[in-house]
Amino acid sequence: MATSAREHAHAPAPSKTGLWSWLTTVDHKRIGILYGASAFIFFLIGGLEALLIRWQLRIPENNFLSAEAYNQLFTMHGTTMVFLAVMPLSAMLFNYLIPLMIGARDVAFPRLNAFSYWVFILGGLFMNASFLFNAAPDAGWFGYANLTSKQYSPGMNVDFWVIGLQILGVASLAAAVNFFVTIINLRAPGMKLMRMPMFVWMSMITQVLLLLAFPVITVALVFLLTDRMFGTGFYIPAQGGDPILWQHLFWIFGHPEVYILILPPFGIVSEILPVFSRKPLFGYAAMVFSGAFIAFLGFGVWSHHMFSTGLGPIADSVFSLTTMLIAIPTGVKIFNWIGTLWGGSLQMKTPLYYALGFIALFVIGGLSGVMHASPPADLQQTDTYFVVAHFHYVLFGGAIFAMVGGAFYWWPKMFGYMLREGLGKVQFWIMFIAMNLTFFPMHYAGLHGMPRRTYTYVAGLGLDWLNLVETIGSLGLAVAFTLFMVNIFVSFRGRKANPAPADPWNGATLEWSIPSPPQEFNFPEIPTVEGRDPLWTAKRKHGGPLPEPKRVDGSNIHLPNPSYWPLVTAIGMSIMLIGFMAGGLPVNLIGVAILFFGAFRWAFEPTG
Amino acid sequence: MSHADAHAMHPPTATGLDTRKLAIWTFIGSECLFFASLISTYLVYKGKSLVGPLPHDASQCMLDGRMQQCEGVFEIPLVTFGTAVLLFSSYFVVKALSGAQRGNRKQLIGWLSATVVGGLFFVGMQVYEFYHFFHKGLGYTTNVFSASFYTLTGFHGTHVTLGVIWLSTVLVLAIRGKLPPEKALNLELAALYWHFVDVVWIVIFPVVYLMK
Amino acid sequence: MDGTSTPAEGHTHPTPALYLRIAVVLFVLTALEVGAYEVARRESPAGLAAIVVPLIVPILLVLSAGKFALVAMFYMHLKQDSKIFSGLFVFPLLLAAVIIVALVALFSVVHLVP
Repeated sequence: MATSAREHAHAPAPSKTGLWSWLTTVDHKRIGILYGASAFIFFLIGGLEALLIRWQLRIPENNFLSAEAYNQLFTMHGTTMVFLAVMPLSAMLFNYLIPLMIGARDVAFPRLNAFSYWVFILGGLFMNASFLFNAAPDAGWFGYANLTSKQYSPGMNVDFWVIGLQILGVASLAAAVNFFVTIINLRAPGMKLMRMPMFVWMSMITQVLLLLAFPVITVALVFLLTDRMFGTGFYIPAQGGDPILWQHLFWIFGHPEVYILILPPFGIVSEILPVFSRKPLFGYAAMVFSGAFIAFLGFGVWSHHMFSTGLGPIADSVFSLTTMLIAIPTGVKIFNWIGTLWGGSLQMKTPLYYALGFIALFVIGGLSGVMHASPPADLQQTDTYFVVAHFHYVLFGGAIFAMVGGAFYWWPKMFGYMLREGLGKVQFWIMFIAMNLTFFPMHYAGLHGMPRRTYTYVAGLGLDWLNLVETIGSLGLAVAFTLFMVNIFVSFRGRKANPAPADPWNGATLEWSIPSPPQEFNFPEIPTVEGRDPLWTAKRKHGGPLPEPKRVDGSNIHLPNPSYWPLVTAIGMSIMLIGFMAGGLPVNLIGVAILFFGAFRWAFEPTG
Repeated sequence: MSHADAHAMHPPTATGLDTRKLAIWTFIGSECLFFASLISTYLVYKGKSLVGPLPHDASQCMLDGRMQQCEGVFEIPLVTFGTAVLLFSSYFVVKALSGAQRGNRKQLIGWLSATVVGGLFFVGMQVYEFYHFFHKGLGYTTNVFSASFYTLTGFHGTHVTLGVIWLSTVLVLAIRGKLPPEKALNLELAALYWHFVDVVWIVIFPVVYLMK
Repeated sequence: MDGTSTPAEGHTHPTPALYLRIAVVLFVLTALEVGAYEVARRESPAGLAAIVVPLIVPILLVLSAGKFALVAMFYMHLKQDSKIFSGLFVFPLLLAAVIIVALVALFSVVHLVP
């Protein structure tokens, strides 16, 4: 609703602290912290679900969980980790870092940014509210038709899933438009595209994937919603529909989605490695283009998730070929990371540990992934623990390791104090060993034929000790993340003694040129950029470390007003969608009314 | 949803392009995939309906409580008329925008009103069409043709409706004299969205209605 | 505000006459589409219809693409506006087209109901 601002007498008074200031904030840094805190809590919930799964599987024929409870737990584990943990952890970094790295005061549309967060958190809470009704989604994170049909899932479980994902999709799309436009348009003078930090590049490519992939899942979910609510037959063979259509639409979204999960971690690692190797990223242009190529190919490989549906030899060959092609740009990236380390003067700080762990584990996950590209091999591996092993190596060994490394790297910038190095390294070793204990045996269990998504197994198949080892490993991962929280607590308690300077790591990018944590306006003056690694250039010119930047009075700097309309609009949107499940048309209409009311007040609100 | 004064808060942009305009184009690009998924589904389910009515051909269908021979439901003259109105409304909004940019308030208000009327007419045509089809025995859940047809054209109709609301809001501003030439962009954004809705229909009309 | 998005000066803008001509062309192309449809659905194709019937799908697609291009280039100003906007539209459009074709092909070849 784009229109000129009308003068309002009652512009909301900008308050800087308290709950109200967080509910109305449009500051990208605060929204980033909100994203991070929410995502970390969801990550812990998803981790708890995983522990329950592992506890059930630690011995054969266990009765710890019922089959129904197990279905709910693995579905919610997958859905939570993908949509409520890894994606919003990336969103935290997009929010916090993109404006700082490109030299901007905020994102392009600060209120839209707040809207994205509120929609995300409402969607996440809604999805998890299903546990209160003992009706958590139970058809897998992929929700294959016709498991999800009213006939086979008569309860509310799948309704929570469909509507929850639909709400989350709105958040992702709104955020993607915002960050894409921010990166294109709000770069500081001189920050040409080919000078952007690699994290910004990977973020931009991720936004493109979000923009192009999420509409497809939106449509697929609409069909599922109408099948369940109104009785259409999009995925119901008895009515002429085809369950395979769901798989196609889901994976046209789903494969780009896995790159949405992994490209930001690629960016994180590409920031950490050069700083702790004391040399620029090796093969910058090749890194950019391989990232773009991965994303582009990512739209042409979806059917490799569907070899077992019987696509026929031609489709199998095409999708097998495109899938194998992706190994090339991915390999380019790995060689470039190694090339960055090669000959560098390595500073063995905690973030580098996690970045190195990322490379090692991601390579293993990549290798097992490329095996699935071959249809005959895939037919043996599909639906077994081999696949579970593969994607946990890329998502846990890859994405989570990079995220934790990123947390250690940017924590001082975000909160103004350092995390303990020693604890961080102990956590790394526990995490690294436990991760391999948990997921490496799954390769063997899978090749022995242990199926995924099955709540138990019989004794004597050679799976018993493998599963026991996996469960022990998963407990180790719980210890590692407990240690992480202890680290945060201890470091916070000692923050006065251990304040973070502006540039604790001798960083190369603009976020290290301003105080930690940054002031609300980020940059007192918008910087001018003359090349890649602008801060290294500045230090070289200066002949040594730069003087510590001072906190300045920014009262003359124009910042957007806080606003509660994004929250109101987000609530309206959520009510509108929840109406499909509870209350029907009146609730839909109440949601629409709140949505429009919020959106109009938003559009006509003075922006300060 | 865009920012009332995004451009005022930021220094000149890196590309020189307006931030809001970039956002609306980004959004339009994303919408292409939304409609592609709906159109794909319609095409994939072509000829897969188990019972009638069908779009063009006669078939057995349940009507008035008994199975009987039904005609194809499409009324090409009606939808052609609606299509023409939507096309012309695209022309109207171009004229309105040119009026806004020149500060010609009469031209702006006149053509923008015509655009809104055209949009309302198209929505009305669609409501009438759905009503008409329903009475020919084509409910939402009758077969996969009806489900994919109503979902595709229904979402397009929703987009038209949102476009009408957006354009009407701009029209109210124009009437109140709050759309001077330097704020013509507020209309340009709505117009871009409106044209996009139009080009989607340019695809839907032949692909859905005219291809047997 | 910048010059690229407020072409108030009108120096690069097509004339009102051009806009009107395009509206007329759009109308004519629509009429041709409907005409082709009417010709193709006749009971016993002869003469012109005999040519149109087998080509009806490509004919409709070409006419529709022409209309699409005219609206996008002139009414949406892509012809004179920044190439970035064109890219933002054309790339998703191509991807959309590829996905539609791929899905139709996948379902018509593999999921052929006997």
